Amino acid sequence: MTATTLTAGASTAGDGFLFEGAEWDFEMVRRVYAAIETIARDDLGLDVYPNQIEIISAEQMLDAYSSVGMPLMYAHWSYGKRFVRDEALYRKGYQALAYEIVINSNPCISYCMEENTMAMQAVVIAHAAFGHNHFFKNNYLFQQWTDASGILDYLDFAKRYIASCEELHGHEAVESTLDAAHALMGQGVFRYPRAAKLKFAEYERRRRERVERETRDYRDLWRTVPGAAPAPTGDLDEQDARERKLRLRLPEENLLYFLEKNSPTLRDWQRELLRIVRNLAQYFYPQRQTKLMNEGCATFVHYTIVNRLYDKGLISEGALLEILHGHANVLTQFDFDDKRYGGINPYALGFAMMQDIQRICVAPNDEDREWFPEIAGREDWRAVLRDVWANYRDESFVRQFLSPNLIRKFRLFAVSNKASDSSVRIEAIHDAEGYRRVRSALADSYDVSANEPDIQVVDVDLLGERSLVLRHTLRNGVRLAEVDREATLRQICRLWGHAVRLEETPIKAC
Amino acid sequence: MAQFVDRRLNPRDKSLGNRQRFLRRTRVEVRRAVDKAVAERTIADASKGGAVSIPTDGIGEPQFHLSNESGEREYVRPGNKEFVAGDRIEKPKGGGAGGSGREGSESGSDQDPFSFALTEAEFLDILFEDLELPDLVKASLKDVSAKEFRRAGYTNDGATPNLAVLRTMRVSMGRRFALRRPTKADVERLEAELAGLEGRAVREPADEVRIGELSRDIALLKRRQRAVPFIDPIDVRYNRFTPTNVPRSKAVMFCLMDVSASMGEREKDLAKRFFILLHLFLKRKYERVDIVFIRHSHEAAEVDEQEFFYGLDSGGTVVSSALKAMIAAREARYPAADWNIYCAQASDGDNSGGDSRDCVALLAEAILPQTQYYAHIEIAAEGAINSDDSRHTDLWRAYAGLKEGASNFAMARVATRADIYPVFRQLFARQARHGGAP
Repeated sequence: MTATTLTAGASTAGDGFLFEGAEWDFEMVRRVYAAIETIARDDLGLDVYPNQIEIISAEQMLDAYSSVGMPLMYAHWSYGKRFVRDEALYRKGYQALAYEIVINSNPCISYCMEENTMAMQAVVIAHAAFGHNHFFKNNYLFQQWTDASGILDYLDFAKRYIASCEELHGHEAVESTLDAAHALMGQGVFRYPRAAKLKFAEYERRRRERVERETRDYRDLWRTVPGAAPAPTGDLDEQDARERKLRLRLPEENLLYFLEKNSPTLRDWQRELLRIVRNLAQYFYPQRQTKLMNEGCATFVHYTIVNRLYDKGLISEGALLEILHGHANVLTQFDFDDKRYGGINPYALGFAMMQDIQRICVAPNDEDREWFPEIAGREDWRAVLRDVWANYRDESFVRQFLSPNLIRKFRLFAVSNKASDSSVRIEAIHDAEGYRRVRSALADSYDVSANEPDIQVVDVDLLGERSLVLRHTLRNGVRLAEVDREATLRQICRLWGHAVRLEETPIKAC
Repeated sequence: MAQFVDRRLNPRDKSLGNRQRFLRRTRVEVRRAVDKAVAERTIADASKGGAVSIPTDGIGEPQFHLSNESGEREYVRPGNKEFVAGDRIEKPKGGGAGGSGREGSESGSDQDPFSFALTEAEFLDILFEDLELPDLVKASLKDVSAKEFRRAGYTNDGATPNLAVLRTMRVSMGRRFALRRPTKADVERLEAELAGLEGRAVREPADEVRIGELSRDIALLKRRQRAVPFIDPIDVRYNRFTPTNVPRSKAVMFCLMDVSASMGEREKDLAKRFFILLHLFLKRKYERVDIVFIRHSHEAAEVDEQEFFYGLDSGGTVVSSALKAMIAAREARYPAADWNIYCAQASDGDNSGGDSRDCVALLAEAILPQTQYYAHIEIAAEGAINSDDSRHTDLWRAYAGLKEGASNFAMARVATRADIYPVFRQLFARQARHGGAP
């Protein structure tokens, strides 16, 4: 089905436009969706999950806000807290609601607000249902860590399971376990894929092979040879500790996983709650690492699609202007000394970088050829961008593709800040000496795991008082904030059931 | 092609459960905020719900954070104007956040109170939590009972409005299965096959045979459908209701308010606030409590709600007139044998000479023995609440003697708006019927 046949069949819109005015209805939305899909697939070559577009009211948007954007979620007071706060802010007019929310699921669910004008619905569909959707489906982090087809079923399970626990064990018990688990959400993810667990048969085969080899190669004579290594005597404690660490697979960075598997006090249902919280933390982990790219990709896609719609004569100039106005609002980047400054706007920088890559592909200058020899002048910017969207995360994306051109445009500068000093130092600005330093510092700031405390379980005293030893490895001497530190440790204590000790050590030079 | 789903008609209040969990967790703080709201706003406004603020202490969600008061870090900012590499810039002093002043937006906001809006129902629930009319069932349990219809299974006959549709359909389905009534799909399948055969341009002899068979089968199925009805009168079930005796507490609250000239604007306002609170409380917690409003100056009159709260009247003060009016109303409509009787009285303590003794006599002999609970509040002059006994009013001193003998009599004084709610709580706190004047 092509867009042109669609417009021919459209009786309401004049001049071949898909729509006119602000009002929308489902028939119109379908028509626009089909036109957008044609461009997204045939022109941009996007590859998306099937779309499910849901129209919701403002109140339902607030509901979705409070349950971390998911269509269903288990019950917990903190979501109620978020709901009452967002509701109060919204009713007083302090906070506008998002135009859309999109969920990394298969089919990919996008929520669109009923209040959006038709032009905004078109943008939202292009942005969420194609931009984000393509990113979810193709980016390696999402492929590696999330199961888009299973997430909704899993949430349904989690919701029912937690409700049944509340019935069986009481609200308070469930609540305190969930509170404790939520406190560790930041330390509840695996950052590196772990070695696949051996199937039992395989494990057994290897064990037998090993025993056979040892039996075959055994020579008692060797024991009598002078100078042979003595039988391991060593310190028994040390040996014990080594064995224990091996058995518990220490050190372990995923505290929730460790507690779920090894806590001596938790009951089975509590372990299951920990697993649910941990799985959700893991599900959201890729999104936190790709905010810049994800928004950049979606914004670039909607911008390109809307312009193509206009070029094809499918939307009016008025609609285009309305869309570009909204687009410009979202993309504003305030300067660091502006009162409204709230960090680097991922929409602005992400979109600018995508456009910049397109420019480098199509019309490179000498500087681009020097900095980006692989893509400069490659013409097929669509393929380049698709490759970028599939194989990078924010940190590597900035490290690879932030161009001097953009550093100049955003007038980026790097500041170093030593807590003990009374002043900060400007390390680099947008000049030839500074580009690399700025780019590298910015990339570092997008490295999620480097900006979170690195806390690992290093030892457990299983025989004695059963205390748990955590180690915070300091990066650049940055310690844990006093705020919440004790409160969080108390929550770990609650899950572990015995004493918990946290030691802070500086990073070891390798 | 995408699926389009209109979710706008889905059930509302998806977050209700979470909201309730949140309120349960912050109960103590929210209670405090509600108490404050009652003292500060007009009751009519306050009872509509609205914004309350609570401290963030109890609702923190602790996590490990990195401190910005130690170590060193490097970050990138946009919008450079005049800096060149190597510049040093003084950090703002006393920003609290030891790091860069530009990161200050996040810190500090933790300390702000957490504001949100309560609904009217939530507000009133919290406001009247743990309050009750004392001894509510004592009198009624003896002989007062009422009939109420309760659900009691199903029955084969009844009135059409009581038709139990689901049960009827279930029975009907069972019968249809048992009697092998052909379904619509069965017939349609054969009809489709028949239409297919008949539509063929060239028919084989076998087709003709099959057509004959099909026509016969269809006719048979249809006859069977007619013979075994979809819903038979024997399927129909009705909800059964059976009358049950339920003990019902009938209660009446007499509100007596002094509106004499000695009650100034302030006193009247305080008295009205007390009664508005009482009125809200009774309406919220006890659907079937009758309320009788009596206002008096030198003579008393039973009035309606509107007149009681908003009417203008003035004159001398004879408190006993109100007590007499109350006794008269009780004799006429609320015999003590059948009713739990409550009374709340508000006055500034002024009374015409000698009348206080009459009041005490009336209370001791005619009213208190027949009453579950009698609460008297006195609107004191501002600042008088802490003064010694000698400055107590005539009426207060007279009533104080009563307190000794009657456990169902309580009295308290209020001097400011802020006193009203605590006094109200004290008077109607659960299991606190001995609560008296401080």
